[in-house]
Formats: sequence, structure tokens, C-alpha cells
Amino acid sequence: MTETGTLERPVETKAKYNLIDCDIHPSMKTPAEIQPYLSQRWRDHLATYGGHTRQGLSETLSHPRMVPEVSRVDSWPPSGGPPGSDLPFLREQHLDNLGIDIGVLVPLRFNASGQRHPDFAIAIATAINDWQVGKFLDPEPRLRGSIIATQEDPANAVAEINRRASDKRFVQVLLPPRSIEPLGKRRHWPIFEAAVRHSLPLSLHVGGVGGHQATGAGWPSYYLEEHHSQVQTMQAVIASLIFEGVFEHFPELKISFVEGGFSWVPSFGWRMDKAWQTMRDEVPHVKRPPSGYLRQNVWFTTQPMEEPNPAKNLADTLRWIGTDRLMFSTDYPHWDFDDPRFAFKVPLTAIEKAAIFAGNAVNFYGLN
Amino acid sequence: MARHVVAKVDELDIGKSKLVKVAGRDIALFNVKGEFFAIANRCPHEGADLCRGQVVGLAESDEPGHYRMTRHGELVRCPWHGWEFDIRTGKSWCDPARTRVKSFDVSVAKGGALAEGPYQAEVFPVSIDEDYVIVEI
Amino acid sequence: MNEMIRSLESKLGLSTVGGIDCDLHPASPATKTLLPYLDEYWRETFVMRGVDRLSLAMTSSPPRAPINVRSDWKAESGFAGDTLEAVRAQALDPFGTRLAICNVLHGAMIMHSDDMAAALCGAANEWLAREWLDREPRLRGSIIVSAQNAELAVAEIERRAADHRFVQVLILAQNDEPLGRRRYWPIYEAAARNHLPLCIHAGGSNRHAPTATGWPSYFVESYVAQASIFESQLLSLVAEGVFQKVPDLKVVFAESGFTWLPSFFWRADKTWRGVRAETPWLTEQPSDIVKRHVRFTLQPIEAPPDQDALARTLEHIDCDDILLFSTDYPHAQFEGLNALPVAFGETLAKKILIDNPLATYPRIAADF
Repeated sequence: MTETGTLERPVETKAKYNLIDCDIHPSMKTPAEIQPYLSQRWRDHLATYGGHTRQGLSETLSHPRMVPEVSRVDSWPPSGGPPGSDLPFLREQHLDNLGIDIGVLVPLRFNASGQRHPDFAIAIATAINDWQVGKFLDPEPRLRGSIIATQEDPANAVAEINRRASDKRFVQVLLPPRSIEPLGKRRHWPIFEAAVRHSLPLSLHVGGVGGHQATGAGWPSYYLEEHHSQVQTMQAVIASLIFEGVFEHFPELKISFVEGGFSWVPSFGWRMDKAWQTMRDEVPHVKRPPSGYLRQNVWFTTQPMEEPNPAKNLADTLRWIGTDRLMFSTDYPHWDFDDPRFAFKVPLTAIEKAAIFAGNAVNFYGLN
Repeated sequence: MARHVVAKVDELDIGKSKLVKVAGRDIALFNVKGEFFAIANRCPHEGADLCRGQVVGLAESDEPGHYRMTRHGELVRCPWHGWEFDIRTGKSWCDPARTRVKSFDVSVAKGGALAEGPYQAEVFPVSIDEDYVIVEI
Repeated sequence: MNEMIRSLESKLGLSTVGGIDCDLHPASPATKTLLPYLDEYWRETFVMRGVDRLSLAMTSSPPRAPINVRSDWKAESGFAGDTLEAVRAQALDPFGTRLAICNVLHGAMIMHSDDMAAALCGAANEWLAREWLDREPRLRGSIIVSAQNAELAVAEIERRAADHRFVQVLILAQNDEPLGRRRYWPIYEAAARNHLPLCIHAGGSNRHAPTATGWPSYFVESYVAQASIFESQLLSLVAEGVFQKVPDLKVVFAESGFTWLPSFFWRADKTWRGVRAETPWLTEQPSDIVKRHVRFTLQPIEAPPDQDALARTLEHIDCDDILLFSTDYPHAQFEGLNALPVAFGETLAKKILIDNPLATYPRIAADF
């Protein structure tokens, strides 16, 4: 007698998200826009002393860019203000135009971790988080925020993470790669502990003003070099996290590196592995080859997209790094923006596309 | 090929650009020192609107530390990644022809001899008829 | 028995017989050893001050660390390569090396007093000539100089250039400023004028942090960072127009690794296209400039154990002229005699072993 079985049909679920942009830069129409989120004391401070970071120029980046506001020339809102400062235009030109389901905000202004005044750093960090909520997260359900935390003051970083963690629209803790000491060092570990406790990933977006020369070789002269040097900074942060044993101690910690590209990751993993094989007795707490941690704890956003010649060489990189490690990003409204329709010049399978353009981010941010 | 009126001559100041639609194509129209040129609007790199790009001159140099600006108003920088296109010819200025470089061949041409490269914006013939700008597609 | 073992071992890699080893390290001489090669002032004041008893070992290269001393090459002293007998028996004979370039990595190169640095470098170069080059016809030398004072470096180069057994100028990879900066140009002009390539070797002065995010805790971490420093130096040399200014200059990166080159090329070329007007003296893309002017010694080969990734990486690099054979003796970069993995194939192996070094070093080619 045959049993009547139920014919199993694969249930076709429509993916909830098709396109997640992991790097959008919001900005302020004028610097005064932050004022409602600051107490009078800090409004006054900002209007007089201003920002006080570990570099020569106080109001501008060390290496001037090639376009105003580092931005696409066509991204200035018609109603005024700099690129990224106008939510209606952001919706029209970017979210609606490209069909973005979720966009993750990465605010760069004011550089909280880079501020030398310890109390101003705390005040500005929490103000920017409040500003994200008021200007973007409340009115626009497609947007998500990044918790700005003071890396140089881990106790206060933890307090800010604790403060924001229950608002699930904050999907990550944002830290700058350039800091006084490499991120893996033990004094930063309370930040990792808090992030893991709240199931929040960390994200490192290019930049920061750690007070060191922009490359290990010294200060470069040109933006051509400084743009590229962010890659080497990320390499240093990754090496620090791995060789300090952060991923051994916090195996659930997730961390993404944003706007550094990704083609350098495989060869950097090979280099770390070879050095570790010879010198693992110096770091017995690193229990397995470094590249293993890359495959387990670390993600990379895709912008700026790599453009090898011939284009098909990128397929090797994707295979070596693992397409589960990559999360699509546009860097809107910056000049080296990637359009999701045209960024990849190698063919991707449907599964790879789904993973890179949304699935991996869903996993990383815990959006399901 | 058909001739299409796209604009009046006085609609477009020197150094400015305008997006015009002709026969289903988006065309970027430029006024370079009183002469009109038309290139396909879509940047061949990643599809940005060339009509929104900055119109610039050509920065050249004979040696490090020396800078020269020539050909004022004759190039457009893509509004996204900043690639430079010669408005007159549509040729990009940054991609050398892909020839293999011989070992220690020191015969590098001096003096801003940029090779013109494979990335090319399509150009369309433009003529003026009295007050009107005409593009042939 | 030894022959059989050697034959078996070499089956893991290709034969290196007849090759030119472009990176071999006699142990750095003790300061006391250099006294006979210093003039009266330095000799007497060094003894008076006890400088002759000081170790000038460099933090960037601890002389007994496992990477620097392969265990089967270690002498009782804990160092390696400290006698001519050892170098013959361990580095020259087993590999069948025809010629080897001696790169002495000495703390003289990083002393803060420019004059002391120059005096010690001069003494080390004289020591190499008398105690190594005079005694072993298979050896050639590098003129070591401190990059910090270009005038004194040029004087040493001009002084030493008459001895044609010195085949290149050698400086360390990390200095005060990125090496493309104009203060260093007189050194490059002197090297090119004397038909001497400039070798930039791993290591450095550590006058500032070796990363943009501060000081790595561990040596293995710092060692990994040295490749990142090389990447920044490569872009500096290109961006500053060194090869436009000194078109005859050839540069050799020693112990830098090379599997990071493809991602470096892709990123540098792409960025350059967007920022070309900043450095208008560059009329070619960065990767073409590098392929014309820069060479890389073979060790370390940083690739996963499967030969496929290495083979693909060589295709990505797409430049058969770019690698120069090296053992990096006595550093621990490979096992046995397996200095040249099979992935290279016989044809490319011959280029790496002989043709590329001959094309790079005119003084070697002259008496080959």
C-alpha cells in the first residue's frame, strides 16, 4: 500500500528586498541644521571654537577633492543646499529612480571620533544620531541609520550604543578606520562587546582623522594618492582585528568595510596567512589562518567597483573573496558613485546578484 | 540621416550645454566658443549625463610641478567619475591604446602627448541655419 | 644522499640553477666590525661613547625573528648568513646560483644624525666590498645609503659607483616622506646617471607610525603592513612624476610581495582617469608606468597553496618582465630549495632567473 504523500513543491517566496544600498551620505543644508540637537553650550562652542581634530586644516579635508562637496555634479538639489541635504530630492534622484528598498545612511560630517575635545565629541555624536532620526529615519521608511560612536572614548561609545540599540532603524555602529590606535587593540573591546550584545554589526567607512600620516610611508601630496590610501588603512585595521584576536574573542562580531573596494582582499589574506604561518608563535591567541576570519566575520561593500582590463579578471576576485562577502553600495551622492544597473562589468548569476544586491546585507544587518 | 532643429542659436551661451532629444536619442549639445557640437549624452563608462558635466579646459604639463591650461572650454568632464571627453571629437583623454609596453623603453613622448583612447562618446554633425542649430542623425 | 634529497625537494619547485639571486642578505655587521672602515673621528668617538658596543638592529626587522632566520639556516649565534662559508653552503651552492646581489640591511640607514648615518653607511659599503665581494666572485653589492639626506646619499653613490661590483643603490621602504617627494629626487638622478637601479627594500626608519591608524602591537602585524607601505610608495613614485623627471630610472621593490599588484593596477588606473588634471604630467596610466620602470623580487610569494590562484594572478599582472628571481636568504619564505613554484612554468622561470635580472642590471649584464 502506498502512502499518500504530499507533493513537496518549492515555495517561491518573493524576496522582500531586491536592492539594498549600504552607503548613502546624508548632509545638512547648512551647518546650523545640527543646532536643534545640541544644547546651548555646544551651539556656542561650535560657533566659536568649532571642530578641533588631529590635522592641520580645521574646516576642510587634508586633500581637496576634484569636485565640490566630493559629489556628483548632477546631485545638487534644485531647491538648494549641498548634495544629500534634501530628502525629497534624495528620494527622487536616488531611492525612487533606482528602486532602492533599503538605504543605509553613513553621516560623515563633524567626525565625532576625530574630535579632540572629549565632551564635544560625545555631544556631537549623539546630536548626529538624533539628526538622522529627525531628518531622515522618521519621514522615510526606506532609510536606516548608523550609530555614531566615539571610538577614542570606548565607555561613552558603549553608552551611546546602549542608548540607540532599541531603535531598530539603527542598523550598525559606525567607526572611522583612521584612529589614534589600531581598532583591534584591547581598549576598544568594550565597543565590540556592546555591539555583539545588541546584535549590531560594526561598519568602518573610509576616513577618520587619527593623527597619523595618511599612509605608513608618510603624507602623500595628491588626492590621487590619498583616495587610494584608504585601502591601505583598511588593511591595517583588518590586520589589527585579526592579530589582536578580536574575532577569536568575539566570534559573532560582524564588521563591514565601506568604500574601500574589495579586489585587494584576497592577496591581503594570502599575505597575512603566510606571515602567520611563520610567526604564529608571536600571537598564539590567533588560532587559525587569518584569511579564515575574513571569510567569517568581515564583509565589504562593492563601491568603488573594481575595473580590471580585461573585465573578466574580476571573476577570479569574486571567486576568491566569496560572493557572500560583498554588499552593494552606491556612495551616493559622491563622485565615484556606482550605478547598480551598470556597475558590474562581469556577468553574475541570478543567485550571486540576489546575494550581492540584497541578500548579504539582509544577513549582515539582521533585516529578516 | 535626417536634419533636426534642436535649438535656437541664442538659447545656448558659450561654455554651456543643453540636453536635446532627437529621433529618440539623448544628445548633449555644447557651445564651444560660438561653435556648436553634439555628442551622445550617455557617458560610455557608466551612463551618466554628459550634458550635466563641467565644461573645462585641458590641463597639461611638460614636467612635474609645471601646469598649463589650454583649450579652454573644449572638454567636458563626466559629472560622475570625472572622465574628460573632447567635445569636438568625443574622444576620451585617459585611456591609452592598449599596446604592450616594452621593458625599459625610455622613449616616452614628452609634453602632454596624451594618447586618445577607446572610450568614445558618439558625435553627430552640427550645422547652423540662420538662427537655428541643426543636428544630423 | 644529499643529491637525492635535493633532487626530490626541487621537484616541488622548478630548478634555479644558473640564476641571478636579486635579494640575498649577509648578516648585518656589528658596529664594532665597522670600526676599521671609519675615519679617525668616528672610530675614536664611537669607542669613547660606547657606540661600538651598541646593536643597531632595526625594529622593522628583528634579526632573530623567525621570518628573518629560517630555522635550518640558523647559526649558533641565533643569526644567519653571518659568514661567507654559510652563505656559500646555504645560499649559493644549493641553488646553483650564478650571481647574487648582497643587500645589507643596516641600522646605519636610519640614524637621526645625517652625518653619522652617512659615515656608517659608507663603512658598511666598504666592509661589503672588502670582506665579501673581494672574496667571492659570485657576489655583487648594493650601495646602501640613508635616504634622509639626499646630498650625502648622492656623495656616497658617486664615491662607490666606480666599483662595478656594486650594481644598485639601496634604501629602505619607509622613510620620513613618501619616496616620490621631490627632496629625494637627487638620489634618483644620481642612481640613473650611474646606470644603477634603485632598490627599495622592506623595512624602515619607524620615525612615524607604519600605518595610518597608528602602531600595530605585533611584529607579524607590522610585517604585513610593510606591503601596504610598498603600495603607497609605488603610487607616490608614479603620482609625483619621478619617472617623467628621471626617465632612465629603474626601481626594484625587494621583499615587497607582488600578488597585490593586480588590485593596485586596477585601482590606480581607475582613480587616475577621474583625477587626471591634478597630476597632468602623467600621460599614461599608472600600471603602464610601473610595468616600464619597476621590478619586483620574487620572494615572498604570497598565494594560496593551490597553484591556480598564483597562475591567475600572473595573468592578471600581464607582464612577464616584472619579476626578478630571489631567495631572500636567509629569510624564511619557502622550504628546502623550493624558491620557484611550478606555477611559473619553465619559460617564465628562465625569464625570472636570468633575462629579467640582466635587463634590469646593466652592470651584471656587462660581465655575464
